[in-house]
Amino acid sequence: MLRSSLRQVSAALKEGRVTPTELCQRCLALIKSTKFLNAYITVTEETALKQAEESEKRRKRGQPLGILDGIPIAVKDNFNTAGIETTCASNMLKGYISPYNATVVQKLLDQGAVLLGKTNLDEFAMGSGSTDGVFGPVRNPWSYSKQYKEKSVPKSHSEDEEYNWVITGGSSGGSAAAVSSFTCFAALGSDTGGSTRNPAAHCGVVGLKPTYGLISRHGLIPLVNSMDVPGILTRCVDDAAVLLGSLAGHDPKDSTTIQDDFKPFELPDLPDVSKLSIGIPKEYHAPGLSSEILSLWSKAADLFKNAGAKVVEVSLPHTRYSIVCYHVLCTAEVASNMARFDGLEYGHRSDVKDSTESMYAATRREGFNDVVRGRILSGNYFLLKQNYEKYFVKAQKVRRLIANDFGKVFGSGVDILLTPTTLSDAVPYTEFIQEDNRTRSAQDDILTQAANMAGLPAINVPTALSERGLPVGLQFIGRSFQEKQLLTVAKWFEKQVQFPVIQLEEAERHDNGVFQHQKSASFS
Amino acid sequence: MRVLSLGRWLRAGRVPPREPASRPSGHRHSGHRPQGPPQELPQGPSQVPPQQKVSVEVLEHLEHLALVDFRDSEGVERLQKAIQFADQLHEVNTDGVEPMDSVLEDRCLYLREDDVTEGNCTKELLENARETVEEYFVAPPGNIPLVKLEGQKTFLQGSK
Repeated sequence: MLRSSLRQVSAALKEGRVTPTELCQRCLALIKSTKFLNAYITVTEETALKQAEESEKRRKRGQPLGILDGIPIAVKDNFNTAGIETTCASNMLKGYISPYNATVVQKLLDQGAVLLGKTNLDEFAMGSGSTDGVFGPVRNPWSYSKQYKEKSVPKSHSEDEEYNWVITGGSSGGSAAAVSSFTCFAALGSDTGGSTRNPAAHCGVVGLKPTYGLISRHGLIPLVNSMDVPGILTRCVDDAAVLLGSLAGHDPKDSTTIQDDFKPFELPDLPDVSKLSIGIPKEYHAPGLSSEILSLWSKAADLFKNAGAKVVEVSLPHTRYSIVCYHVLCTAEVASNMARFDGLEYGHRSDVKDSTESMYAATRREGFNDVVRGRILSGNYFLLKQNYEKYFVKAQKVRRLIANDFGKVFGSGVDILLTPTTLSDAVPYTEFIQEDNRTRSAQDDILTQAANMAGLPAINVPTALSERGLPVGLQFIGRSFQEKQLLTVAKWFEKQVQFPVIQLEEAERHDNGVFQHQKSASFS
Repeated sequence: MRVLSLGRWLRAGRVPPREPASRPSGHRHSGHRPQGPPQELPQGPSQVPPQQKVSVEVLEHLEHLALVDFRDSEGVERLQKAIQFADQLHEVNTDGVEPMDSVLEDRCLYLREDDVTEGNCTKELLENARETVEEYFVAPPGNIPLVKLEGQKTFLQGSK
C-alpha cells in the first residue's frame, strides 16, 4: 500500500480498502523507522492524524474533497505552514512558527491532503547536496537499498554502511528522500537552479519544475525571486500531473503568477510521441558527464527515434555561461532577500543590545551559516555601484541570450529537449564534502539551471540504475506553459524504461497490504 | 599544462576540435545522439585577465552593507573565487542586448484593487518577535554606525 502511486492509493481510499487514518498511521510509523535518513525536520504527528480523521469522516459521508483527500504528503521546510515550525534548516529561523500557510500548502490542505511534516534541505535552499542544513545531512534511501548494497564492494560488516551512504542531492533532498522511501505519496520542493530535479534524479523519483509563473510562490521563503518555483516530487508522472492540477493557477497574493486560466489535465493512457520533434542540445554533453549517463542519453534518443519521433541535435550556444550568470544573479537576489532577517520581527535575535546595527550584525552572524553569508557578501559585491553594470546588468544581458537560445530552438520546430539531469549518480557523503558548497553547486547545477534562467518547465524522469545500483534520471525541458505536452512525453518515456522499484527493507516490513509492483524490465 | 580551478573533472589543455556538426537527417546516421567530446567550460584564471585582490576598504564596506562579517580569511578567499568565477561573463558579447529582469516581461503584473482584504493579525505577528512592548517591536538605539563600536572586532578590523 505504501509503495503504490498517489492515484492508486486514492482509488483504494475511495473504495474503502484502506482508511485515511490507517494510511496516515502507517506513514508515520515508517517515518519513525527511517529516521536515520534524516529526511524530516518536523513531523506533525498530531495534526496529521487529526487531518486524517477529518478526511475519514468526509469519505464516510461520501463527500471527499477530491483525489487528494486523505493522501499523506510532505512539504519542504522553506514553505510557511501555519502553526508549524518553519526553519529553512537555519539557525536564523529555528523556533519560528509561521502565522500563515503558503498558498500551495493551503491549496493542498483545502483538498484534504494530510500534512505529515516538513522536510530537510540545505540551509535556505542553497546547495546541491542537502548536506548544509543545521539539522544535518539527508541520506539517500538508495544507500540502504538491496540494489546498492549488492553492488557495493564488500568490506567489513555494517560499519561501512555508515561510511558509504550517498547524498540525496539538493536542495530538496528531504522531500525527495521522503517520497523515495515511501513515507509520503508526494512532496513539495522548490526549484531555483535544479533543487527539485537534482535530488529527484539521485533518489529515483519524478521531479517537476513548472513554468515560472504557473504556481504561486506566496509563502515560499524566497531565494531568487525571478527564478524560484515550487517543485513537485512524486513517484510517477501521472501523480505529478495530479499535483500540478491542484496547485497551478493565478494567485492574487503572488502577482508574478500569470492570469491565464489553468485547466487541470489528465494524461493519455497511451501517449503518442511519433509526431514530436525531440531536441538534443549538444552543449549538455558537459565535461564530467559520466559515460554511463551519456550512454543512457543516447539510448533514450534512440527510443524516441524508433517510436517515430524526429530527433535532432540542437545548439544552445550560451549554455556554458549559464552557470556563471546564475551565480551572479542568484547571489545578488540572495543578498537582497536575506536582508529581511534582522532579528527584529521574527527569527533568531542576538543578545547584543548596543545599537540596532550591531544587533542586526550579530544576529546575522549567529543565524546564518558560511554558505549563506558567502552568498550575501558576493551578492553585495556584484551590486556595488562600481560593479553594477559590470556584473549584475551584464548577467541580466547574458540571461536574455540564454533565454533567446531556447526561444530559437523551440521556434525552429523542436517540441521537447532531452538532456541528462546530473553529471553522475549520487556520490558518497564523505566524497561530496571534500569540495565546498559553491564549487559543488557550480558543478551539479550545470544541466538544470538554464531552465530556471529561461523560466521553462522541466522534469526529471528516473531512467535506470547505474553500475553502482543508484538511480540515474534524464531531463525533459518543454515550452513555457506547455506542461501537458511535457508530461505526456515524460509519461511515455517512463512507460518505456520501467524504472525498478527500490527494495528497501524498512518499507517492505511496514507494507503488508495491497501492493502494485512494477516489473523491472531494466532499461539499461 | 594549465591549472584549472573548477573541480577535479575538467581536463587541462585545449579540447580537441569537434567532429563536424551533424545535420539532422532521417536516415541511418546517429545525428541525433549526443556526440563529440565534452564541450569546453569557461576556464579558470588563465583565460581571464589577472584580477586584483579586493581592497580592505571594499571588504569593510561590504561587511557594513551586508551586516554580515567575513569571519576569517576563508571567507575573503571565497569572495575572491566568486569574483573570479563571475569574471568569465566578460567573455560574452552582449552588445545591443537588453538586460532581462523577468521571464514574464511580455506580460503585465497583476495589480489588485486597493481594498483591504485581510489583516488584523497584530497578535500573531507580534508572537514571533522576541522583544515587544504592547504593539511595538523593540529595537536597540539606532543611528549608531557599526564601526564606532567596541565589542566585536570583525576579522578585517583585527587584521589591519
